[in-house]
Amino acid sequence: MSAPLLEARGISKRFGGVQALREVSLSIRAGEVYGLIGPNGAGKTSFFNVLTGLYSADQGEVRFDGQPLPLGVPHRIAGLGIARTFQNIRLFGAMSALENVMVGRHIRLHTGVLGAILRTPAARREEADTEARAHALLRYVGIDRLANQQATHLSYGDQRRLEIARALATEPRLLALDEPAAGMNATETAGLRALIEKLRGDGMTVLLIEHDVKLVMGLCDRVAVLDYGEKIAEDVPDVVRRDPRVIAAYLGREAADA
Amino acid sequence: MSADPKLKARLGIALIGVALAVLPFVVGATFGNSWVRIVDFALLYIMLALGLNIVVGFAGLLDLGYIAFYAVGAYLYALLSSPHLATAFPALFAVAPGWPVWAVLPLGALVAGLFGVMLGAPTLKLRGDYLAIVTLGFGEIIRIFLNNLNAPANITNGPQGINNIAAAQIGGHALNRPLELFGVMVPGVHLQYYFFLALTLLVVFVCVRLQDSRLGRAWVAIREDEVAARACGINTRNVKLLAFGLGATFGGVAGGLFAGFQGFVSPESFGLLESVMVLCMVVLGGMGHIPGVILGAVLLALLPEALRWGAVPVQQSLFGKVLIDPESLRLLLFGIALVVVMRWRPAGLWPSALRKRELAAHGEAA
Ligand SMILES: Nc1ncnc2c1ncn2[C@@H]1O[C@H](COP(=O)(O)OP(=O)(O)OP(=O)(O)O)[C@@H](O)[C@H]1O
Ligand SMILES: [Mg+2]
Repeated sequence: MSAPLLEARGISKRFGGVQALREVSLSIRAGEVYGLIGPNGAGKTSFFNVLTGLYSADQGEVRFDGQPLPLGVPHRIAGLGIARTFQNIRLFGAMSALENVMVGRHIRLHTGVLGAILRTPAARREEADTEARAHALLRYVGIDRLANQQATHLSYGDQRRLEIARALATEPRLLALDEPAAGMNATETAGLRALIEKLRGDGMTVLLIEHDVKLVMGLCDRVAVLDYGEKIAEDVPDVVRRDPRVIAAYLGREAADA
Repeated sequence: MSADPKLKARLGIALIGVALAVLPFVVGATFGNSWVRIVDFALLYIMLALGLNIVVGFAGLLDLGYIAFYAVGAYLYALLSSPHLATAFPALFAVAPGWPVWAVLPLGALVAGLFGVMLGAPTLKLRGDYLAIVTLGFGEIIRIFLNNLNAPANITNGPQGINNIAAAQIGGHALNRPLELFGVMVPGVHLQYYFFLALTLLVVFVCVRLQDSRLGRAWVAIREDEVAARACGINTRNVKLLAFGLGATFGGVAGGLFAGFQGFVSPESFGLLESVMVLCMVVLGGMGHIPGVILGAVLLALLPEALRWGAVPVQQSLFGKVLIDPESLRLLLFGIALVVVMRWRPAGLWPSALRKRELAAHGEAA
């Protein structure tokens, strides 16, 4: 197969006494849905934060489409084509759904101060195009009828969809979703699954953190498992499911929690 | 169907235009020309409040030192349009600098904008209370500099301030002198009014255009959730610096106008209380909502004058003597107004529609 779209090598990250990531290496191929699972506190979100530049890594590097990623500089990483959603939804609450998606276009737009003030033909065209694309993305995720609703007034499931639309607005090549099904009911989860299938069908590469095992196993081409910041398995779902270390990690934690 | 609201809007704009055009004559005829002067000041406050609104209202960066940029604009104008430099440094200035207003105001805007970026750069990682403290310190530093830069070289003339500042001249006519137009004597305060009004309208226009743009959205995004804004590809450093710089620019222009209007500047006019006053205009009026901010500025600019005018006679007729002097009464009423507005209208007197719904929703949930 072709070279991986994303290749992380030896990523480590420490918070005080907690080793959140321990030399994590993984590679994601273009076009696949790649699952990242693990018990609570395993370091999944930390990995996302490093990958999208919100945290810098203590060690390691990430190559994206062959180029090293500027870790720690989120807007440049977004520009290179990695977009994400958040485990605890982070929308721009006072804005409408449409405006939220329009903000996602920011890095693809060029209007500066003068262009905005003079409303040059180029600025006007860009603005109209931004709005049209934002509507198209809301339609894509199925919430265009809510375009002019305030983001915080959307239902939980719709807020998750809106976050996906906003991420897509940056024109990513890799879409990273942090527990998109968390808090969703069965119908909403089924809808989400259909949406991710549609994304895959349209050629998007998806990195998915998820606790819903059924969703992960049914959707992902490959799955990696983190435990205490360490990658303990990486394979197709059927193999990972039977891996004794994975079973031990989950059962061990559950036994300890009980 | 579609022509009707458009026509209505045009009619509204025309009415407002006529009202603004005759305002100084109506006010002057009813209350006297000292009230036209007060209206002129209200226009300056509108500019200041709109500038601060970019930083506080749009980008959500609490700035308690904003008046420093007003001071920068005012002193720059004062130095370039008064005999002070020629008196203090006769070796350097053979004649007093007399820069024309069309050169001083843009320069003041530019220099104030640079000061804005200078303040913004070291505070980029700060938010909320911490940012407020640092900006407060910055405002005080500027004021203290102005107070003390009279030795060893007398640049600002210290606490005495700078006198004899030339009024702005347009078409060879100084705006503090009356002008005969079509047989009507138009007093200087009226001329200043039209000059200030033109610049205020320009500031409003720029604010509206910026708000409805990629940059305005980026500011609000940072205010609403900085982490998400960064993940969306917004270069938060640049966009914040832009907010600080542009906001300061308006302050610099207003400061220049103030200096030319008063003919005199001193550090006293640029204290912390002035910064707080402008911040209150933004917060009371409706943070981030341009019409609300304008309303806030007008109300708070007129309130003290109305009190000065009415407080003494009203108290005398009620109690036979003056119990509270107008200045204390002003601060008292001001405090009460703040508490009342924050309690019952936390988003301000005239908040923007979406924002209002947001706060209503929070109320329901609580
Ligand atoms: N900013 C931070 N400061 C300090 N510790 C942190 C920080 N972020 C994460 N951690 C710690 O790093 C570890 C991994 O956290 P992380 O959020 O990455 O786990 P996770 O796998 O996403 O868990 P969950 O399934 O609960 O979301 C945890 O022990 C957490 O407390
Ligand atoms: Mg997590």
